[in-house]
Formats: sequence, C-alpha cells, structure tokens
Amino acid sequence: MTTTKPFSATGNQMVAEAMRQADPDVMAAYPITPQTTIVENYAKYVANGLVNTEFVTVESEHSAMSACVGAAAAGARVATATASQGLALMWEELFIAAGMRLPIVMANANRALSAPINIHGDHSDVMGARDTGWILMFAETAQEAYDNTVISFPIAEHPDVQLPVMTTLDGFITSHAMERCVMEDDETVAKFVGEYTPVNGLLTSTEPIGAGMFANGDSYMKSRLMLRRAIQESLPIIERVGKAWAAECGRPFDLVDAWECDDAELVVVVLGSAAGNVRHIARQLRAEGKKVGVVRPRVYRPFPVQQIVEACKSAKAVAIMDRADSIGGQYGPLAVDVMSALYAAGKNVPMHNYIFGLGGNDLTNELVSQVFGDLEKLAAGTLATGGLSYLGMQEAEGAQNEWLA
Amino acid sequence: MASIKELTHKPDTLAPGHRLCGGCGASMAVRQVLMGVPDDCQPVVGCATGCLEVSTTIYPYDSWEVPFVHNAFENSAATVSGVEAAFKGMQRAGKIPADKKFKFVAFGGDGGTYDIGLQSLSGAMERGHDMVYVCYDNGAYMNTGIQRSSATPKGAWATTSEVGKEEQGKPQVRKDLTSIIAAHGVPYVAQSTVGHWKDLVAKAEKAFSVDGPAFLNILSPCPRGWRIGSDQTAIICRLAVDTKFWPLFEVENGVWKLTPVKEKNQKPLEDFLKPQGRFKHLFKPENAHLLEEMQADVDAYWAYLEGRVEGSKDATSPIE
Repeated sequence: MTTTKPFSATGNQMVAEAMRQADPDVMAAYPITPQTTIVENYAKYVANGLVNTEFVTVESEHSAMSACVGAAAAGARVATATASQGLALMWEELFIAAGMRLPIVMANANRALSAPINIHGDHSDVMGARDTGWILMFAETAQEAYDNTVISFPIAEHPDVQLPVMTTLDGFITSHAMERCVMEDDETVAKFVGEYTPVNGLLTSTEPIGAGMFANGDSYMKSRLMLRRAIQESLPIIERVGKAWAAECGRPFDLVDAWECDDAELVVVVLGSAAGNVRHIARQLRAEGKKVGVVRPRVYRPFPVQQIVEACKSAKAVAIMDRADSIGGQYGPLAVDVMSALYAAGKNVPMHNYIFGLGGNDLTNELVSQVFGDLEKLAAGTLATGGLSYLGMQEAEGAQNEWLA
Repeated sequence: MASIKELTHKPDTLAPGHRLCGGCGASMAVRQVLMGVPDDCQPVVGCATGCLEVSTTIYPYDSWEVPFVHNAFENSAATVSGVEAAFKGMQRAGKIPADKKFKFVAFGGDGGTYDIGLQSLSGAMERGHDMVYVCYDNGAYMNTGIQRSSATPKGAWATTSEVGKEEQGKPQVRKDLTSIIAAHGVPYVAQSTVGHWKDLVAKAEKAFSVDGPAFLNILSPCPRGWRIGSDQTAIICRLAVDTKFWPLFEVENGVWKLTPVKEKNQKPLEDFLKPQGRFKHLFKPENAHLLEEMQADVDAYWAYLEGRVEGSKDATSPIE
C-alpha cells in the first residue's frame, strides 16, 4: 500500500477520486452547484479511459436516480452525486432505491433549499432524506469525504446490508475549499472495495427476476420492517468496514467522533464541517480547565444511539447545533434524534437547540463561544432547558420552550 | 417476418393469470411487441406504474417470464436507460460475457409517456440508448379511473373532462407524440395498434433491429374507459385505422411512410366514435359542430402526414 504525499484538493475532487478508484459500472448524474465539479472530474476520467464506467448524462436528477435504480437492479455497481434541489427532486426515488435494497453510492454536497434560492451550505437538503432508508454519512473534511466515499461501496454492497449510501460533505466549505489531503493507491482501494457480486440482478441472475413489485397490506408492512431491521443492523457492519479502512490507511474511523467526552460536562453535538469550528473554541476552554466536549456523529443514519449516549455520559448540559430546521416541529432534526436517544436511555440533562449556518451563514468564533457560555448557564440552572434559538439572531435566554408556554 | 403459425411457437413472455381486464389492449401490446425480439436475444423489460404494472406484479406473483423492473410512474425510460447502461459498463468490465445479447424495452401507458414521463423519455431518446420504448396508448389515465391525459381525443368524456351543461368532454386536441419523438432524430419511430398484429409485429421487429433508440406508439383500447364491450378491442382498432383516426405510419432513418387505407375500407370518423360510450354525447343534435371539427382535425392530420412522406422521401438521415 502506498499513500500519496499530501497535496491540495477540494472535497469534490477527493470524492471524484474515490469514485474513480471504485470504478462503478454506471454513473448517472446531472450538474448542480455545489456538486458539479464531482461530475466534471468524473467526465474527465471517462474521456481519458481511466474507468470502465458507462457515464449517463441524464436530463434531470429524477432521471439520475431513476437510471441508478435501473442500473443497480440490473446488477451493476452504481454511483452518482447531487445537491440541494437535485436531492429534493430525487426524493421519490430515494425511497424506491432503499425499498428495492439497491446498493447505490451517492455523494451529496449539502446545500440550502429554496425559497429564497441560495447555493450555499447547510443541511436542509440531506435532512429531507433522513427517513428514506439510506445510510447517511457526514464528512467533516475533504479527507474524510474521500475516506467515507471509499468505505461506502463495501458497506452498501455488503450482502447483509444491501442499502444505498449517501456520503455527504458541506457545500463550498468542504466541497470547494482546498485542504491538505492524501489518498491511497488505486490497487489498495480496488482491493479494499472488492468486486461487486450482486445477490440478484436483471442481467446476472440465471432465472428471470422481477424487481419493484406491487405489495399490499401485510407484505408491504413486512418489507418496511425488513428495511428498518436492515439499516439498524448495518451499524456494526459500517463500524467494521470503517475500522478496516482505518487500519489500512492509518486515519481513524468512529461512528461518532467524541472529542474529550470522557469527563465532559458541557457537550456540543454537531454534524459535518462545523465540528472543527466548535473544537477550536473547545480547545481554548479546555486550556482554561473547563470540562467541555464535542460530539460529531460521522454516521447519522442509522443513528448511533448507544455511541451518542456514551459520549454524553458525563454531560451536565447539552447543546445541539442543527444546520437545518424542522419548520413547524419543536426542534431541529439532530436535536430530536439526540434528545430521544438520551431520554430513552434515562438521561435527562438541560439542553438547548441552536439553528445555525443556514444558507452558508458564517459560524464565527464569537457564536461558538456564545453556545459554550449558554451551556454554563444551562448547567447552573440560570438558563431554562428546552429552548430553541437561531444562533446569532435570537438570544438563548427568553427562547425557552415556547411550545409549552 | 414470421407467419402467424410461427409466432404461435414463440415462448410466452407474459404468463396467463395476470389481473388485467378482459379485452385490455395492454397485454396484447406486450405479447405482440415481444414477439419481435430476435430469438437469440434475452428481452429485459421495464414498466411504468400503471394498469400493466399493478396487474402483472402483485407480490408474491409475477406474470413476467422475462427479467422485469418497475420503478415509478414517470421514469420507465430513465430506468431502462440505466439497465442498458449497466449492460454496457458491465460488459466492458468483463462481468457479462461478450457474446451475451439483450434487448431492452420500456413500457408505459399514455399518462406515463405523453404526460408525466415525457421528459424522461425525451432524455433517453436524445442520449441514444439501445432500447425500444413502447407506449400502450389507451387515451386516458385508466388505472386511476379514466382521467383525461394529453392523449385523450378531443370530445372524449373522461372523469376530469366531464360532459355537462357547459362542457362536452375534452376541449383540446390530442398531442401528436409520435411526431415529437420522430423530431428527436432517432432511427425508428412507428405507430400501430393491437388490432393489426402483422403490422405491429413487423414494426416491433424493425424497432429491435436498429442500433439505438426506437419508439412504438400503440393504440391499445381500454374497454372500461372507452365504454365498449371486452370483445370489441380488435374491431375498434380496425375502425380507428379505417376512419384515419389512428394512421399507421413509421419513420425509418428520417423517411416517413404512411400506410394508406384501401378505398373500400375507408369510413367516416363517426363509425369509430359511435360504438364508444365515451363519445355518445357528441351525437346529440347540438353537438353536430363538434363532430364536424373532429372530422376536419382527422383530415388535416392525414394531410400533414402525407406532407411529411412527400417531404422526407429523399432523406438519408433522421435529422432533415
């Protein structure tokens, strides 16, 4: 195995490289900011004969995922990439891909949803996919976007998983910013992802198979139960594949990145690229002797409940930072997941939910410091639990649980 | 092409016992089209959501004797383009033997083709996938209960183009989808009916023989929606052609060919409309002008097709 020398690359370049190394049989994709450079890079690989991939330049994201469903049902290794409105347009097909148990790998460059139209990063798009049956991973860095993409193929194609995997990176912040990256050589990745042997395939099965059947009552509900079980049971497999890749490349893999959580009393839970900003302030606070911790789920679906509970075991107050809102609901999506996990585990700590960074709005050091300041008040009981505030636009104080007022 | 005796020896691709209605044109379209697949090729079928799909794939039963995929309503063409792409990619990677031959075919009703699936179909035709797209056109959303589509003929009753004091069925003319697909410059486009087996199987054979996309638009009566007896399917197809309501034509590498109606067979449009309950309001005296308009539309469309035949007789490529 050879690791390249460090070089400068964007997250999108790294995703494209990982996809090239996995050499899918089919890529069907459509351009959309901030994903487009993944497809552009891939088109160059195709033009230069670096891959065997049949590249299908579809006329919409709906057709992109439709063609991926057809190709995966045929028995092919399949990849695509999208973002934002494109993911929203695919929504119908996301359920079908998961319901048909098709191991499609898709990168999503997380971006805001219209209206108003906005091309910058947040998690509004990907959160719309959280109940579809897809495995969802969030990369913090361009390097992690590469590693997550590599492991997506053997996870999706594992005979006991057979589920689509979405490997996401934050629009522009991770998709377009240059970072210091390395990658493993083609042979190492090819060997790691292995050759895909479909369990069933329109073109590979000896007997004619029927895919996408009509199911009424009992059989429909059973198939949903099987899907629930499959994604739940994929968690240890994701961990196993992730750890195996970590052993190969020397970069760590954890379902949940729990930074300084063993004795952390003030805990922030956050997804994706923002974790770095939060840790930056947390490091300064640790130097001042404050027991702070940062929890970052790298895998979001299936939700790593035990690992979240474990990471929050010493917490006296928890702040959950959502880069998407669940408008009309009580809290943002990550907050609902974290609070459910803690409540079901019998852990009742004061909490506050922040909505931040929508449409690429900056997460400044001052705002992160404000979150930790609020956590101290929450732990001390001077700030009531259960509130939600738009970070930088509303003070946490006075934003107590308005739904119960 | 094969004789009818030879065709009877072709293996069945759609098993009996499916739940389509008696007299449904869709299953006839499937059987006749798949008779056009060369014997050394394995057909792989995709199907849009609709009557054909829900009636042939009720889990745990499956009427298809060939590999079959259903995805959703608007994307039969995109789905089959993915299957075809998988074949190319996997064969290039050595995962499918080099001598293995498939034929890819997508079915959709007129709702799934003229309306919600038009973009997906247009994309697949433009990209040049080696596939045959088959529209079984029964002129309305029959699966959801006879709602009008852009394929519904002018004047027809449907549950969303009602007949009442103010309105007399669908006011708009039918979309000419076959010409729209011909304008994509694909190698083969044709129109036929399930009541003209010889014409249809011959056209299916041509569609499967070309390298690249082909499109078949097949008039496939729905006895429930058309308000005809289930034994009238083939007869009403004959009337559709003999009245020039549904001309049999094909566009082969840009050359348009129109099958003339023999003089002794020619009939006024009313002969096609009258047996169908969906047109019965047109025969009230106050609607006589509608019948005249519809006859004029049919004559104009025939003249348009004759113009295309004349204008393309020296064409050497699909794009004029």
